[in-house]
This record gives sequence, C-alpha cells and structure tokens, in this order.
Amino acid sequence: MENSKRIFLKIAGVSALGLGTGILTPNVFASSGQKKEAGFKKDSNALTAKRWGMVIDTRKIESSDDLEPIINACNKIHNIPEIKNHKHEIKWIWEEEFKHAFPSKGNKYLNERIKDLPFLVLCNQCENAPCVKACPTKATFQRDDGIVLMDFHRCIGCRFCMAACPYGSRSFNFKDPKEHIKPETYNPEFPRRTKGVVEKCNFCAERLAVGKKPACVEASDGAIIFGDLEDSESEIREVLNSNYTIRRKQALGTGPSIFYII
Amino acid sequence: MNDKSKIIAGLVIFFIIFAFPIWYNMFKSKPAPELTLTEKAKAAKECVRSKEYMTKNHMQLLDVWRDKVVRHDTRVYVNTEGKEFKMSLSNTCLDCHSNKAEFCDKCHDYASVQPYCWDCHIDNPKEKNDGKQ
Ligand code: HEC
Ligand code: HEC
Ligand code: HEC
Repeated sequence: MENSKRIFLKIAGVSALGLGTGILTPNVFASSGQKKEAGFKKDSNALTAKRWGMVIDTRKIESSDDLEPIINACNKIHNIPEIKNHKHEIKWIWEEEFKHAFPSKGNKYLNERIKDLPFLVLCNQCENAPCVKACPTKATFQRDDGIVLMDFHRCIGCRFCMAACPYGSRSFNFKDPKEHIKPETYNPEFPRRTKGVVEKCNFCAERLAVGKKPACVEASDGAIIFGDLEDSESEIREVLNSNYTIRRKQALGTGPSIFYII
Repeated sequence: MNDKSKIIAGLVIFFIIFAFPIWYNMFKSKPAPELTLTEKAKAAKECVRSKEYMTKNHMQLLDVWRDKVVRHDTRVYVNTEGKEFKMSLSNTCLDCHSNKAEFCDKCHDYASVQPYCWDCHIDNPKEKNDGKQ
C-alpha cells in the first residue's frame, strides 16, 4: 500500500514536470529563436532639426513671375486642386499684398517697392499654434521639430482650426478636389485629399523624411532659406543675424517660424 | 376551433419569412473568391508578412503604418525577416498588388467591406493615370 502510493506520487510528479516543460519549451524557443519582432525605422538620409524655420528674402523677388515657379512646385507635388472660385480655393503657399500679409505695418507713406511687391505666404508653423489647440480630434498636432502637421485621417472637417488661424493658412475642401487636379501633373507619390477635410502646408514633411528640402525652397533660387532655428551654427541663423527680419502678426503671440527680409 | 388550418398556414408563412436570411443565403452564398497575384507579387513570393498574418491582420497593419508615417515621422518597416519596406499604401502594397480589382476589391466585395482610403490614395499608381480613380 505504502509503496504504491509512493510510486504514484513519483510518477505524478515527473509527469507534472514534463507537462510543465512541455508547455514552456515552445515559448522559450520562440523568444530566443531566429524569428524577430517586426520593427520600424527612419530613413538614414532624413533631415532633422530642433525647430524648422524659413527666411523669405523679398529683395530677391521682383514680381509674380518670380513666385509662380515656387507656388507651382508645391501645388504639383501635393496634388493641390486648381479651383478659381475664391471661396472654394485650396492654398498651401500663395501670394499676398503687403497690406494684407502685414496689416499692422501698413505705413501711410509706404515704400513704392513694398507696396506693389507680391509677398509669399504659407502656414507659419507657429510655436504656439492656435489651430493645434482648437482641433477637437488632435488631427492637427505639433511635432517635436516644430512642424504643425495635419493627420488627414482624423480630420472631421469641423473647421475650428480655420477660425483659429490668424493667417488664413487653411483651406476647406468644399468640392471634391479630384475633379480639379490636372492629370498631367498628378503626383502618385502623395495622396490627394477629399471633400470635407481641411488642409494646409505640411512644410514638406514627406520630403524631409527622405532627405530633401521643401519643394518651395528648392524652386526659389535662393530666395527662401530653410534650416534649424535652434542651431546657432546654421545658415538660417546666420541670415537672421545679419539681416533685419519681420514676422506676420507677431503681436498675437503665435510665434511664427517664417521670417521676412524686407 | 375551425381556424386550425389558417393558424398552421400562418405559422408556416411566418417561419418562411422569419428564416429568410438563412434560405436566401443558402442559394446566394458563393465560395471565397480565387485571388490572382501579379507577376511581380509571384516573383516576390512573400508578402510583407506571412500570408496568414496578412489575411487576418492587413487592416491593423495599415492602421499602424499610417500612424507611424503621419504622426511619428517613421517611414520604414522592417518585417520579421529583417526585410525593409517603405510604409506606403499606394506605393508599396499596390506596387506588388497592382491588380487591385482582382485582389483587394475581389475579397472586399466578397466580405462586403468598402475601405474609403481610395478617396485620397491613388489606386493605380503605376499607370499613366488621370488622377480620377
Ligand atoms: C482625406 C484623405 C485620406 C484618406 C481618406 C486616407 N488617407 Fe492615408 N494619407 C493621406 C495623406 C495626405 C497622407 C500623408 C502622406 C505623406 O505624408 O506622405 C496619408 C498617409 C497614409 C499612409 C502612409 C504613407 C503612404 O503613402 O501611404 C498610410 C499607410 C495610409 N495613409 C493609409 C490609409 C488607409 C489604410 C486609409 C483608409 C482606411 C487611408 N489612408 C485614408 C490622406 C488620406
Ligand atoms: C513584395 C510584394 C508584396 C508587397 C509589397 C505586398 N504584398 Fe501582399 N502578398 C504578396 C504575395 C506574394 C502574397 C501571396 C503570399 C502567399 O500566397 O503565400 C500576398 C498576399 C497578401 C494577402 C493575403 C491574400 C490571401 O490569399 O488571403 C493580403 C491580404 C495582402 N497580401 C495584402 C497586402 C497589403 C495590405 C500590403 C501592403 C501593406 C501588401 N500586401 C504588400 C506580395 C506582396
Ligand atoms: C483575403 C481577403 C482580403 C484581401 C485579399 C484583402 N482584404 Fe482588406 N479586408 C478584408 C476584410 C475581411 C476586411 C474587414 C475586416 C474587418 O472589418 O474587421 C478588410 C479590411 C481592410 C481595410 C480596413 C477597412 C476599414 O474600413 O476599416 C483596409 C484598409 C484594407 N482591407 C485594405 C486592403 C488592401 C489595400 C488590400 C490589397 C492589397 C486588401 N485589403 C486585400 C479582406 C481582404
């Protein structure tokens, strides 16, 4: 009697151990085996900064003809629809008169050149972006490098951001943009947008990610300087240091990252 | 008590209507569609992940991809084999599966799923397109 109970317990113990290791073994192998977890990485060429910014040197611009290639480069690369009707227009980068771009600086006897000069305006990539605060779905957010970006997948088209933006940098798709994009210039690398979402300049986030400067900078023939505002050694800081610059509606405290040399 | 036949007839009609979804689908339902792979996909042999994983999880994978790209500025995916892919719906998935109609759509039609992605993401990135699709 005593003996068989002992044997039974031994066998039960050994089998329990066997069962235990049986369950454990595949896991042990799986975690130390060749199969790795899938992962993510950045392109090794990606341009990075603490805070991206731009200086637009208006001395290098004479007329709308100088701005056209810059604006077209952006429009083409981002599949921006061409809608003539002002109310339905989509704008990422466009031209504006001095008195509208800088309403508080409209002096009475304004310099002739400045009065007639077309100014290039775009999203200011504000430090304290009011649109980010206004967005109820976090579709608009600010990256660590200062870029104020839109996640079109989350935009519900409420347009609070448009009301919040003091620069008119945002456009709403009242119409299906598909119908207004020229087939010859369609860029299959970048998704278009759809009726019912807001859109704006993305500082070419998709280009920075693969090591290219923004399209407008490339097309500007030196009129736009792009770089890291926080890097005291950068070209943009050198330019800011040696020239007097202004920013749009600075008194509002949004902290624009676009500077203008007048 | 003479209404017995009427009640039975009523019950029969009720059950026929009640069971409509069952018998309707009995004749309607089709076997899962045969999917065709493009030459490019055949040459690659493998999808981004295993076939089982893709069949079951491609929607979650795409969701992770877009979050990584748009919100976390990370554009390269390294799969379990260590192979790298640019995370792009139109330019990666549809690069291999350029026969969207015979691949994605065929299965989605069968499963009654209508992804709205193609409102913005081009579905024929390789063709000289008119941007309208
Ligand atoms: C309102 C337009 C819109 C819709 C609808 C939309 N996307 Fe996007 N998607 C974009 C834009 C714009 C980007 C940004 C591309 C970039 O920065 O390179 C993007 C980026 C992505 C990316 C990463 C980059 C790339 O080129 O693919 C993925 C993956 C993605 N979306 C998946 C989806 C999926 C899946 C759906 C449908 C469930 C969807 N998107 C619906 C506009 C849209
Ligand atoms: C390198 C080429 C390639 C790329 C890129 C690719 N696939 Fe695939 N895909 C394949 C091949 C090959 C198969 C068939 C695998 C097999 O039969 O074992 C497949 C299978 C699949 C299946 C399973 C089909 C079934 O029969 O159940 C789905 C779903 C799928 N792919 C979706 C996607 C999505 C979504 C993407 C983008 C994230 C993608 N694929 C990117 C080559 C590719
Ligand atoms: C084997 C069948 C099958 C194939 C092949 C397939 N899908 Fe799917 N897909 C599904 C099913 C089923 C769902 C719905 C899953 C759910 O609702 O949970 C789905 C959902 C999706 C979704 C999410 C839709 C939404 O509204 O949330 C996306 C995006 C998607 N598929 C993209 C693709 C792309 C791109 C391809 C081709 C490269 C593809 N699928 C091929 C079966 C398939």
